[in-house]
Amino acid sequence: MEQFFTWLYQEQGINLTIGYDSYDRGLFLAGIWMTVKLSVLSVLFSLVIGALGAWIQGSPSALMRGLVGAFIAFFRNTPPLVQLYFFYFAVGTVLRHTGENGLPQPLVSGFGWAVISLSLFAGSLNVEIFRSGIEAVPRATVEAASALGFNRLQTYLHVVLPLALRISLPSLGTNLVNLVKTTSLAYAIAVPEVLYVSAQIWSDQLNVREMMNVVLLTYIVLVAVLVWGLHRWEKSMRIPGFGT
Amino acid sequence: MTWTPDKPIISIKDVRKSFGAVEVLKGVSLDVMKGEVICIIGPSGSGKSTLIRCINALNDIQSGSITVEGQEVHDPKLDKLELRKKVGMVFQQYNLFPHKTALQNVMMAPVKVLRQPKAEVEARARALLRKVRLEGKENSYPGELSGGQQQRVAIARSLAMNPDVMLFDEVTAALDPETVKEVLVTIRDLAAEGMTCVLVTHEMGFAREIADHVYFTDRGVIVEHAPPREFFEHPKDPRTRAFLSQVL
Repeated sequence: MEQFFTWLYQEQGINLTIGYDSYDRGLFLAGIWMTVKLSVLSVLFSLVIGALGAWIQGSPSALMRGLVGAFIAFFRNTPPLVQLYFFYFAVGTVLRHTGENGLPQPLVSGFGWAVISLSLFAGSLNVEIFRSGIEAVPRATVEAASALGFNRLQTYLHVVLPLALRISLPSLGTNLVNLVKTTSLAYAIAVPEVLYVSAQIWSDQLNVREMMNVVLLTYIVLVAVLVWGLHRWEKSMRIPGFGT
Repeated sequence: MTWTPDKPIISIKDVRKSFGAVEVLKGVSLDVMKGEVICIIGPSGSGKSTLIRCINALNDIQSGSITVEGQEVHDPKLDKLELRKKVGMVFQQYNLFPHKTALQNVMMAPVKVLRQPKAEVEARARALLRKVRLEGKENSYPGELSGGQQQRVAIARSLAMNPDVMLFDEVTAALDPETVKEVLVTIRDLAAEGMTCVLVTHEMGFAREIADHVYFTDRGVIVEHAPPREFFEHPKDPRTRAFLSQVL
């Protein structure tokens, strides 16, 4: 294996250091793992935020609905990179505690801010996606649940959300795919994810062209895995005789 | 005031209800005794569906009073769950939960709302599905069942809460003629067991056969009410006569 990559470099001039240099390979694999962690956590939190926000949007309190509306407007109408900078540089410098050495230490790491920022960004879009699903659940079905004694939360959890999720799944998938790709923005606050470690490698080895291809291929594979997972999910949730 | 079975189980007094500027119920009163079967008939838009939806607080009312077992339904402090445990409702469009099987549909409310033990609920749910003649359909999804079958699952689902009163809102109106019968047979069995039933229906033959009392509503008022025989053979009000001559 390593011999092949050494040959590829020496005979063909294609310098894939991650193929024969164990340090670079370790760095790159750690980068992939970081991207996977960022993706999984942001996807999960953004789904929770989406479901929670959509629930509050149906609340009788105008104040709560207004708050969710403001949250969506803020995160949907500003660029995700600016949001990330805002959290890391503006909020992050306020949230500090004094470390053991007497110097101020950040309370939340760059990785933490990336997860928070990406989750809120994708979550705000998920609220709207879930809401469109919720609006497609027939009122009569909800009424049947309340006639059976379900309260608002029970109706939401057991009837509305499971149906809305199935209706929203295609647009939800699009948003989650975008979210995985958006994790590359964490580069900007020095979170060592795939793009960041690749830049480290190409600065040392001067193999930008090779690494750019590797980075693109990595994202293609990661997104393909996600899309495959979403398809499996969609299939497992298909109800016989419901929809198409 | 505690309720005793010698008093009406449902008592509706001078109920008024508007949707915006349109007054749908213009002072409706009626009493239902325990074990009684009453049918409400009348032209569409006469307020009959609205009336029974008010009984389990799916619609609110502007004035008047509705009590179920002595409990005022439109008291803002009412525990809705207590009311809905007493009053079961079946709808025109069945309204089953499409993502749950027939068995799960029947089990869901007792398990999730009343938090009864699953095994016990399942045994009861299977017995109820047998009772509505749906043995073997436990694991079918609503989308795989015919309209009449879905409606019988909906009846079983309501019965699973052990209600004291069942409300039927035009439950055969969306069914084709052959399946109407299977649903009516189910309701007839229930009535024969002594379940208090309030039906809004267009099935005149069925109303005549099953009802202890028939109410005729038109334009938000009860025009006439009588035992079925008297009602269908000697209607007094000209509006009742006109309606019956059209539908019979």
